[in-house]
Amino acid sequence: MAETRRIRLTVNGRPVEAEVEPRRHLGDFLRQTLGLTGTHLGCEHGVCGACTVIVDGVPARSCLMLAVQADGAQVTSVEGLAKPDGTLHPIQAAFHAHHGLQCGFCTPGMLTTLAAFLAEQPDAGETDIREAISGNICRCTGYENIVDAALAAGKAMRGGS
Amino acid sequence: MKPAPFAYHDPRTLDDLLGLAGRLENAKLLAGGQSLVSMLNMRFVIPDHVIDLNRVAGLSGIADTGNAIEIGAMTRQRALERDPVIAAKAPVMQEALRHVGHLQTRSRGTIGGSLCHLDPSAELCAVARLYDATLHVAGARGKRDIAMADWSLGFMTPALEPDEVLTGITLPVWREPHGHAFVELARRHGDFAIAGVGCLVALDGKDTIARAAISIVGIATAPVRLTEAETALTGQPANAATFKAAAVHATKLDCLADAHVSAAYRARLAGVLTERALAIAAARAQGAAHG
Repeated sequence: MAETRRIRLTVNGRPVEAEVEPRRHLGDFLRQTLGLTGTHLGCEHGVCGACTVIVDGVPARSCLMLAVQADGAQVTSVEGLAKPDGTLHPIQAAFHAHHGLQCGFCTPGMLTTLAAFLAEQPDAGETDIREAISGNICRCTGYENIVDAALAAGKAMRGGS
Repeated sequence: MKPAPFAYHDPRTLDDLLGLAGRLENAKLLAGGQSLVSMLNMRFVIPDHVIDLNRVAGLSGIADTGNAIEIGAMTRQRALERDPVIAAKAPVMQEALRHVGHLQTRSRGTIGGSLCHLDPSAELCAVARLYDATLHVAGARGKRDIAMADWSLGFMTPALEPDEVLTGITLPVWREPHGHAFVELARRHGDFAIAGVGCLVALDGKDTIARAAISIVGIATAPVRLTEAETALTGQPANAATFKAAAVHATKLDCLADAHVSAAYRARLAGVLTERALAIAAARAQGAAHG
């Protein structure tokens, strides 16, 4: 049996405690240990962006971070974006309204990246938004609607709605 | 694609870190992990021990000491990108950082990790070379300083002993008004650069070049300073003909070739980017001098 470590962290506002092997990355921890399969693993070497989650307020690739490194951290995955009553986050509502997804594989990473980015820069223009999601690959190439959705979400977040 | 098993260590102090680095065999230091963890996932590296630097106290931070900026090795790229001292005194680093990976990787990636990974196209290595930075290294046997010019021993191999750790970097800043530029060409935004050029240009009152520094990345195993061109530029008028003449030096460099890009193309690109960077930096220097 390989060496394990006990870690305690907060995932989507909920305290979590688990025994993990050091080699388990955060993406596998969320999916396999916690059963939170909303986080998608595409390339697992930091290129596709599908596995992006928000760690202590900043977007990070969960495939490039070990679960043991998240000990003590606040992690938000796509499951944690909507309010507990089910009200969608403005970026989720905008993706729905603007048809910002096709097959949906890249969507969790797009949503978490944009949620963190727009929280800091809700007035971002198209160029900044495209740069923000330059590390997220959509193989359906549905970028136009994704950018439209991000612009609309920024507007909603600025307006406080 | 999962890492092979390893023992994980997360020391809290530099002393504990150096103790582990000196004692453990086949150990890898984990900084931001934006290269190492992907290499672990793909089992390109199979260490017996991973020593995590993220909880070691005192390894990150940015301090303005007047003539220089001191940067801790574990300072995140994202922190550098947004830091007011860097913006005021070394804005070329922020221009370079826009090309480093993506928003998500810059959240975790560190300056020390970039310097130690020493990818041939790493923009932060080019910036360190541009400023003739000094790298601070600590080991079980003591501390020493290494000039960025002496940092690379070969392909992705920094001048670190197995028991040593990079703790920080000193960037001597230019005190006189000057302009800066960082330009690069990559196949897609955020990809590894085919070539990139950082430069600094200071003018005297009459738009004559008083001082220039040019650092080129992506063409060799480590960033190259274009010293011949820097000397030739000094005393010349800051105009297009001068920049074109200086860029010829870049086209004569011995460049790497790979499956996608020939050495001849890289050399030509180095020339084009050098000319472009000098023009941008000189225009900004004119703004700084007269504005």
